[in-house]
Parts: sequence; C-alpha cells; structure tokens
Amino acid sequence: MPPTLRVVLCGSVDDGKSTLLGRILHDTRQVFADELERVAEDSRRHGTRGDAADLALLLDGLQDEREQGITIDVAHRSFETPRRRFIVADAPGHEQYTRNLASGASTADLAVVLVDARKGILPQTARHTRIAAMFGVRHIVHAVNKMDLVGWDCGTFESIALACRVLAEEIRVEEAVTIPVSALTGDNLTRPAAEAPWYTGPTLLDHLETAEVAQPAARRPFRMPVQYVNRPNPDFRGYCGRIAAGAVTRGDRVLVSPAGTAAEVESIVLWQGTRESAERGDSVTLTLRPDVDVARGDIIAAATDPPEVADQFQARIVWMGDDPLAVGRRYRMKLHTREVGATVTRIRHRVDVSDGGQLAAAHLELNDLGVVNLATDRPVPFAPFDQSRELGGFILIDRATNATVGAGTITYALMRAANLKWQEFDIDAEFRARLKRQHARCLWLTGLSASGKSTVANLLERRLVAEGRHTYLLDGDNVRHGLNRDLGFTEADRVENIRRVAEVARLMVDAGLIVIVSFISPFQSERDFARNLFEPGDFMEIFVDASLEECARRDPKGLYARAMRGEIRNFTGIDSPYERPGRPDLRLDTEKLSPEECVEVVVKSLAFT
Amino acid sequence: MPRPNPLEDGSRARRTGRHRAGSWLSALESEAIEIIREGVATAARPLMLYSIGKDSSVLLHLARKAFWPAPPPIPLLHVDTTWKFREMIAFRDRVAAEPGVELIVHTNREGVHAGVTPFTHGSDYYTEVMKTVALRQALDAGRHDIVFVGARRDEEKSRAKERVFSLRSPTHQWDPRAQRPELWNLYNTRIREGESLRVSPLSNWTEADVWRYIAAEEIRIVPLYYAAERPVVERDGQWIMVDDDRMPLDPGEVPEMRRVRFRTLGCYPLTAAIESDAATLDAIIAETLAADQSEREGRLIDHDAEASMERKKREGYF
Repeated sequence: MPPTLRVVLCGSVDDGKSTLLGRILHDTRQVFADELERVAEDSRRHGTRGDAADLALLLDGLQDEREQGITIDVAHRSFETPRRRFIVADAPGHEQYTRNLASGASTADLAVVLVDARKGILPQTARHTRIAAMFGVRHIVHAVNKMDLVGWDCGTFESIALACRVLAEEIRVEEAVTIPVSALTGDNLTRPAAEAPWYTGPTLLDHLETAEVAQPAARRPFRMPVQYVNRPNPDFRGYCGRIAAGAVTRGDRVLVSPAGTAAEVESIVLWQGTRESAERGDSVTLTLRPDVDVARGDIIAAATDPPEVADQFQARIVWMGDDPLAVGRRYRMKLHTREVGATVTRIRHRVDVSDGGQLAAAHLELNDLGVVNLATDRPVPFAPFDQSRELGGFILIDRATNATVGAGTITYALMRAANLKWQEFDIDAEFRARLKRQHARCLWLTGLSASGKSTVANLLERRLVAEGRHTYLLDGDNVRHGLNRDLGFTEADRVENIRRVAEVARLMVDAGLIVIVSFISPFQSERDFARNLFEPGDFMEIFVDASLEECARRDPKGLYARAMRGEIRNFTGIDSPYERPGRPDLRLDTEKLSPEECVEVVVKSLAFT
Repeated sequence: MPRPNPLEDGSRARRTGRHRAGSWLSALESEAIEIIREGVATAARPLMLYSIGKDSSVLLHLARKAFWPAPPPIPLLHVDTTWKFREMIAFRDRVAAEPGVELIVHTNREGVHAGVTPFTHGSDYYTEVMKTVALRQALDAGRHDIVFVGARRDEEKSRAKERVFSLRSPTHQWDPRAQRPELWNLYNTRIREGESLRVSPLSNWTEADVWRYIAAEEIRIVPLYYAAERPVVERDGQWIMVDDDRMPLDPGEVPEMRRVRFRTLGCYPLTAAIESDAATLDAIIAETLAADQSEREGRLIDHDAEASMERKKREGYF
C-alpha cells in the first residue's frame, strides 16, 4: 500500500465535487474552526445554500471562484485518517476541463468521477473517465451523487452502475467501483446511508482507505533519469536523481543510456553517509566506477535491461495551448529530465472523448485529444507510458511563449533508431534512373473525386511510355484492392493509406521510375508528408482542379449522390473537408482544359525541370 | 459487513497522531529533493527565501540533503523588516555562521527612513513596504530566476491552487488565471528575461508533516516554537508578545507573564502566541493534530480582508 493515496476528483459542473470534498474534510474533522467560521461568512455572501454553510467554499480559494460560484483551477488538498494519508486534486468540470483534469490525473493513483443520479452517465462523465485513464489512472470510482434527490432509489443506482461497468470495461482500467452517495448530507461518504439498506458495499472513504493501488514497479528493471551532476571537487562526482523504476544495490552493473556506456554502482550517497540499496521513488546520488561521462537527461539503467532509445514515436496528446497544434512546428519536449526539440510529423486522428471514436483532424485545438506521430531532434531513452509514467509522459513547450502547450504519453517507438541502420549500397537511385535515361520522380495528382485525376493520369502515362519513359501508375482505388486491403475509411486508416502509397512511390522513384500517383489526398499535411520523403525536385504536387459543383454534376460513379443522401460517410467535399493546395507545383483546371491539354501542360513542365 | 465509523476514527487520529508516518515522510522528502534539484539544475541565479521559521528550517535541511556532500549551491535571502523577534535574529545569525551557508539580509532602507512601523502605519501598509517592496528590491538586485519558498498548499486556500513551479511576471505578479498546467513531475522551468519562478518544494506537506519531519530529522528551530513563560499583552483576544521596548502600550496595559508558544513566526507585533504547555516536539505534534484553529489564525495580516492572501500574492508577497 502506498504511503499516500493521490486522488483526482472530477465530474461535470454542478455535480457537486467541491461540496463532496468539503463534506469529507468536514466529516473527518480536517477543517479548522476559524476556516469554518470564514466559510459561514463567505456562504452568506456568495453561497448557494441560503444560510447553511456551503462547504464547497472550503475549496474555492480564488476570489473569482467564490464570486462566480465556480471552480477555476485544480486545488490540492491533503488530509489524513487513521488508515491513510490523502492528497486530493479537485479538478474543475467546465471550460478548460481537459487540461486541468489531465494535470490532476497525471499524479493520481485513483480517480473519483461524480455522476448526478438524476442525469446518469453524461458524455462528460465518459470524457472524464477516459482522460483520467489516458493519463495513467488505473483505479476508478464512479460516485453516484445526489442520491437523496432520487429518494435513494435502488433501481436508479443499479442502472447507472451497469453503464459505469460497461464504460470501465471498455477503457480497461484495473479496478472500477460504483458507490451511491449524497455529498450534501454526507451519506455513504464517511458513514453508511441509512436510507439505502440495499447497498452493502463500502462507503467512499472506506474504499479510498483500502484501495490497493501499489504498482509492480519494484520488479521492473532499474531506471534513474539523471537530474543534476554534483561535482563539488575533483574527487567527487555524483549523479543525482529520483529512481523511476526498480531498485539499485551497491555493486550493480549499470548502463548509461543513450550512450550505452557500462559501469558499476560504486556507492549510493545519502545525507552524511551511504546506503546499500534504494528503490523506486527515492531521491538519491550515485557514484559510478569507472567514472564515465554522464549528463543531465541521461538514464542510468540496469545493464541487463537498458531502456529503449528512439527518435520517432506514436503518442497520445492533449492540447493545452491557445493556438492549435501545428504539424511540422518545432516545440521543446520535456521527457523525464531531458529536453529536446520535437515536431509532430502528423496527426493520425483526433479522439472523440465521449465515445472513444476516431475523427479526421488537420490540427488539434485547445483541450482536444489526439494520436500523433512525433519526431525528436535526437534519439532519447524512454519507456512506453503503459510501463512507466516517469519515462513515458512528456510535455510540449512553446518556443516563443514558454507556455506548456501540450502533454502526452508515448505509446511506442515507430522506429527503433538505435537498432535500425540505413544500409548503403553501391547502386543508387541516380544510377538506376540514368540507366533508364530519365529523371525519376513522383507526380502526385490531388483533387476531388471526379475532378479528372484518373483520366489525366491514364493519358499522361500513355504519353510518357510512348516517349520511351519507364513509368508506374498508383491509383487510389486500385491500391485498396491489394496493398491497402486491410484499411477502412476512418481518418487513421486514410492517413495510413496515404503513408503507404507515398512510401511505395518513393521506393519506385528510388528504382528509377516516373511514378504517377492519383489520389484524392485531401489534407495538405498528408501531401507535405509525401513531399518530405523525396529529394527536392523529385516530387511534383499537381492539383487537378474542378469545382465541387462540377464534380458533383459529373459524378461518374454516382458517389456524390449517395454521399448527399447520407449513404456514404466521410466523403471528401461533402462531410469531410478538402484542403486546396496552397502552392501546388502545377494546377490543371479541368473545367477549362481538356484531358489532352492537361497532359501537354504536365509534359511541358517536365521538360523544363 | 461491519463498517467502522470513520468520524470517530478521524477524531481519534487527530488527537493521537498514531500513524506510521515514516514511509510518507520519506516520499515527501524525496519529492521535495527532486523539486529542489530540478530548480537548481535549470536556474541561472537560484535563491532560497529564508524566513527563519520552521518551514525555512525544513527547506534548508532538504537543500543540504539534496546536494550532500556539497553545500547547497543556493544563497539564502532574509528580508529583515527590523521587527522580527530578537530570538529569530539570533537564530538566523547562528545559521549564517555555519559552514556552506551564504545568507543575504535585505531591509527596505527607504521604509525605515520614512519611519514605517506596524504600529504607526497599519499592518497592511507596513507589510506592503517592509516585506513586499523589500522583497522585490532584493529579487531585482540579484536578478534571481528561481526562488525557493517554503509555502505549503494546506496553509491557505489560494495556495492550494498554486503550482509547484509558479510563474511571476517581471513585476513579480502572480496571475492565477494564467497558470501553466503542471503534469507528473515535469516542471516547465522555461522563462523569459525578467520573469521568475517561485518554487515550493513543500507544496504537498501539511503543518503536521513539517513537525513530524523536524522531529524525525532533529532539525533545529527557533525556541519561540516551544512553550515558555513570555511577557504578553492581550489585544483583540490574541496574545501579543512584548519583545522589546518599541512596543507602545495602551494606558493601563501591563505585560503579564504567560506560558505561550508560537505556531507561526513573523514580525512580533503581527504574530500572536497561543497559550500552551507544549515544550517538546512530541507535545507540539500532539497539539498540532488536536488543534481546532488553523495555523495562520495567529497571523494578523491574513485577516485584513477576504482574499487578502491572494491579493498580496498577486502583488508579489508570499
């Protein structure tokens, strides 16, 4: 059992979070008389309970909060009972909830999510539960509040409890319980509710006092991120840090990551002495033998099982900045004690926090949750967040304002940079292209469905082959019959679809071919992603342009008609956006030019480059 | 299933403090040391505010532990209002004489010359000039980017909402609506020129934790915390100690000797004593756990107005 249980308390506005916490503090005698007196005074001025003391005011510490009767910021409150010591983060439920909740959840062992008995599970309830789980909370309590207002009706509670269990199973937390309570009267918080003889489970406080949340981290291999190098004189060099996982004993073999230098733990230095061993959570100073080079941001780890090192990740992010997350923009990333430059190379999808669904997204706004690909300037040692909060959680800092604009969790490394090496071969792309007497490149045709991409692509390839060129045509529909047969039409799958096509096109250009890609590719970020795979000059973004009205009129496959009837979802141009290329290398206006004229334009421009 | 009555258990716990406190104290200690090291590792000119009180004593002790065997690479700053208890100043000077301690003492000389005292100018104005302004002067002079303070979230409601690394504008102001999110142990220490961070390693400690830690680590504190016979006068229901002859007595007011101690220390005319027999740490801990008044109750400046603390902090006081 941990010495202290850290709890995050969340729920919608008016579900009664502050009242609940205030009541627990009051009933466990954690509130001082002068505090109560002041609350009574505040209650008369701002309270919502008439002349009765509004216990929520115990927590609402900011003047704006008391005056507006809302909670703005996370409050931390400590209290203790005979069985346990608690630190409770009270997370506001209204605007900014995601970022505040994420902050509160990040250090919590357990989340108490309030549910209004009269309303049942709201989208907000599901959101809070999901966000708490994403930020590492493995134990959830749904406290069904305001039971007094539904007459402590057993049926009402049971149906809500069932919905809570379904939700908990879906997000796969370790433990989820549902408890009927009344924050106003205190029933089932610290004492059993007399009105609910049908409920035989623990009170909320009972549960909090006894919940087993210990992590099996002690069994994991040793990891200590180096915070500070202590070098008071030439004879002493100590590496200070807080042990993130496992345990260490004097004489252990260790490895310094990412450099991979081996050493042995010479001593574990503590105040006025040394000790034999230390474990997760301890702040210690290590000295090593031999005295190898170690810097802040390195990880000292068990030699037999060092951490992974990578520079490309898939991660989940909650965006906390006022400006949206920009793909391709460089941020500072702080991961354990290491700070590196990092770029989101693409947003795979946005997460609908109400139902966990995947949504198309070109950017993430304030409080949005998304799954992204992330690239760091340098390889960094890490652990997936599921294995280690300490080594898998990170924040993103805006380079101009220094604001903390994002927080994320590493799901896994996309490439194990430390293990994969690019093999150099003697025959290169240029050699293969010269053999074919051509400039190998990728001609990327983007545009709405029915804008004329396939027609132009077909004629263009025939024309190039007639001139003796070696070509290949990659068509959106055709690729889905084979290589991308496993992909659907969710945003994540569409992004993966494009990624594969771009990578295949690159291999073919490397083989010396002129590759024509005919793909709707609606998002600029995707097209930029493709462009980035190629050498400058080897990629041409060709915008096959026709108005939506014209495309819908042409509609050779009848798709627009079906989309407009709602039979096809996420159809580009109808209920999914098409981002017009800002600066294409070529624009072909198929409302003015015939397909043959378009081919002429392309061939001419190829001759010039 | 029989359920214990937590209400009864809770009250008993507060009176006896029967806990195995060791494990959580060491967790709090490790967390505080991590915070101090993080601040120092990222600071150009770190500083530690030293108020001579028990929280400062704990903070200094933690800094020593964090950097052992080196001395803490952080100078201490004491803002001397000239109205501190004499025993506090004597204690401060003993600490300053210890090896590895660098102490800066700063007093707002203009305030002294203008004759600003808690008796003549009211506690609000006096605090503004001799503490808030004085502190700003010292921080500006040293251009300190990271300033460690002994603040705890349990002290006061607006503090419960403050970050461990709390941003201050170039004019030392705190904007509670523009706080940076703080996740895990990932503290954002990036600031712009002129801005600074107030860092509170004791954020998650309670008053009882501080006392237990002082007992467990045998940390020396100002003797005023222990009960003794002291000369006091009663004003507005509170015991004010007559620490020197600068204290104007009302007609007919005669200091009497009473057995008192202080839960919190500040300027003597603004800090009330409580009647107590607690002359040992064990007795103090027992009294703290049984207390039904908050710690700051003895601080006269907190009563000036609702939200006074938040307002003072917005202005740069802590």
